[in-house]
Amino acid sequence: MNNDTLIPHLGVVTDIRIDTPDVKTFRVVSPEGGKVFEHMPGQCAMLSIPGVGEAMFSITSSPTNKEFMEFSIKKCGCLTSWLHMMEVGQQVTIRGPYGNAFPVETELKGKDLLFIAGGIGLAPLRSVINYVRDNRANYGSVQIVYGSRSKDDLVDYQEIINEWMNDDGIEVNLTIDNPQEGWDGHVGFVPNYVKELEPSTSKTVLICGPPIMIKFTLAGLKEIGFQETQVYTTMELRMKCGVGKCGRCNIGDKYVCKHGPVFRFDQLNELPNEY
Amino acid sequence: MLKIAIEKIDELFALVAQNQALYIPSDNKDGAAEYTRWSEGVKYSNALNTLRSAKDFFFPQTEDLVDFKMSGKNIEIIDIRKETEDFVIFGVRACDAKSFFILDNVYLSEPVDSYYKNRREHATVITMACSKPSETCFCSAFGIDATQPGGDVECASDGTSFFFEAKTEKGKAFIDSVSSLLSDGDTAELDNAKAKTKEILAKLPLAELSTESFGADKLTELFNSDKWAGLSESCLACGTCTFVCPTCQCYDIKDFDTGHGIKRYRCWDSCMYSDFTKMAHGNPRLTQLERFRQRFMHKLVYYPANYDGVFGCVGCGRCLAKCPISMNIVKVMKALEVK
Repeated sequence: MNNDTLIPHLGVVTDIRIDTPDVKTFRVVSPEGGKVFEHMPGQCAMLSIPGVGEAMFSITSSPTNKEFMEFSIKKCGCLTSWLHMMEVGQQVTIRGPYGNAFPVETELKGKDLLFIAGGIGLAPLRSVINYVRDNRANYGSVQIVYGSRSKDDLVDYQEIINEWMNDDGIEVNLTIDNPQEGWDGHVGFVPNYVKELEPSTSKTVLICGPPIMIKFTLAGLKEIGFQETQVYTTMELRMKCGVGKCGRCNIGDKYVCKHGPVFRFDQLNELPNEY
Repeated sequence: MLKIAIEKIDELFALVAQNQALYIPSDNKDGAAEYTRWSEGVKYSNALNTLRSAKDFFFPQTEDLVDFKMSGKNIEIIDIRKETEDFVIFGVRACDAKSFFILDNVYLSEPVDSYYKNRREHATVITMACSKPSETCFCSAFGIDATQPGGDVECASDGTSFFFEAKTEKGKAFIDSVSSLLSDGDTAELDNAKAKTKEILAKLPLAELSTESFGADKLTELFNSDKWAGLSESCLACGTCTFVCPTCQCYDIKDFDTGHGIKRYRCWDSCMYSDFTKMAHGNPRLTQLERFRQRFMHKLVYYPANYDGVFGCVGCGRCLAKCPISMNIVKVMKALEVK
């Protein structure tokens, strides 16, 4: 019988990084070494601990990384709490990749890019950011606006300050919600910060974060003069199968696991407001 | 056309059952027809329809997907799939026969669901033309002819005999395997019987039900209709409509700890339930209005949008008969209809 996508592969957790008080980044390889499967930036995978649960997570590592996949996971439920307690060497099950990807090889090519992320929303965008950094000649300028509740809640902080901020042609703008000792950067919410920065309307925007942040940021972008056709986001709804059959992650006639998770705002606006 | 006298049908069942599992509609002790594995003494029921739909054969209420053995930090994945043995379903009505194609669109499209495909490939479907459609029937609204139910073999009765016509290669093989019991028969009486059934179909109370107001292009207008609040108000969210529906195809995946390992299984689920879309950060369908709307939008708008305009309903009428508050797709369609 042919392989069935519902039957997962084995993965081994080879590294666990503590990003924030409630976010850890897990490195996963196949038991034989190397990646379990290839993906494109924005695609997702189903991770599971049998008997605990199975859930969809965006793959935060870039496909240009040939050695492993990474998942940045916020502790918020049964499965994620279990994942946060596990130790290096733990096996997990993994299946995918699922969904479409950010159009890095088509619509985004040659464009000036503006990434806007809030909190754990950086996870799916990090895959694109590192893909763009590794294929630098294919893209124009890169600006990253990233905000979190506090300095301690910034995911991938070390990578941001040690790598992204040192890259030529990448502007990184960090912000936190409230003033904090030891923080001399910007303080304030992401939507306002984006307006203050007055980004050029020639840029293509990729945005991910809490729904309320996306809502106000999008409104702000429109005020500055951005069109919905310039703005991409990635969605998340409850999923079981990952391939548009179990029937629960639809927004109108589109399944987020199959037709998404990446949507352009003009596409999203044609769908019912039920997400 | 080849036929067999009605009183001899048990002989045909016995012959078929020698080689394959055979399932026929048979009345249970409460008088409701249910697909039952044939053995000596199981009597064919000419009931209009079975209590549960025939989707159970291909998409059972629960089924095991994969096993896991856990030891320390290690996991063993065990593929438990087995090739299904050939089986025959006899007496499938036109509505249920059409529902198989609606499920096929979902489960046989890439990536193919191997569990579903396995059963589908090993089944021979023998349909039965309707002779006494009831007032809850509205298959004709969805382009179904209850007198021509299709399947691998199409069967119909003129009151004294069952007539068989092969519709596929699998159907031809079936007829060859029972040809010793069949004889050539004149279809004049059968044609008469079918003509009479068609007269009944045309006079059914729901014969005029129109699908004009539905389809992919009506998405925004129907989604935003102010009728949903009233329609969904008394819905109990029991999910009965989903469970008896031959086209409802949503499922859940769960793990069960047997004490010796983990069994991952899937089971029917319903968009009528509040935890269907519930996540750690909230629920996009907060009230029964959204959940109720989802079920009917799926059948009347979303499904046709994804599958060439085909509606996700076959008009079998089970939900009309079974809903405890007498809400159903017909009432929904009539309320939303643009006249």
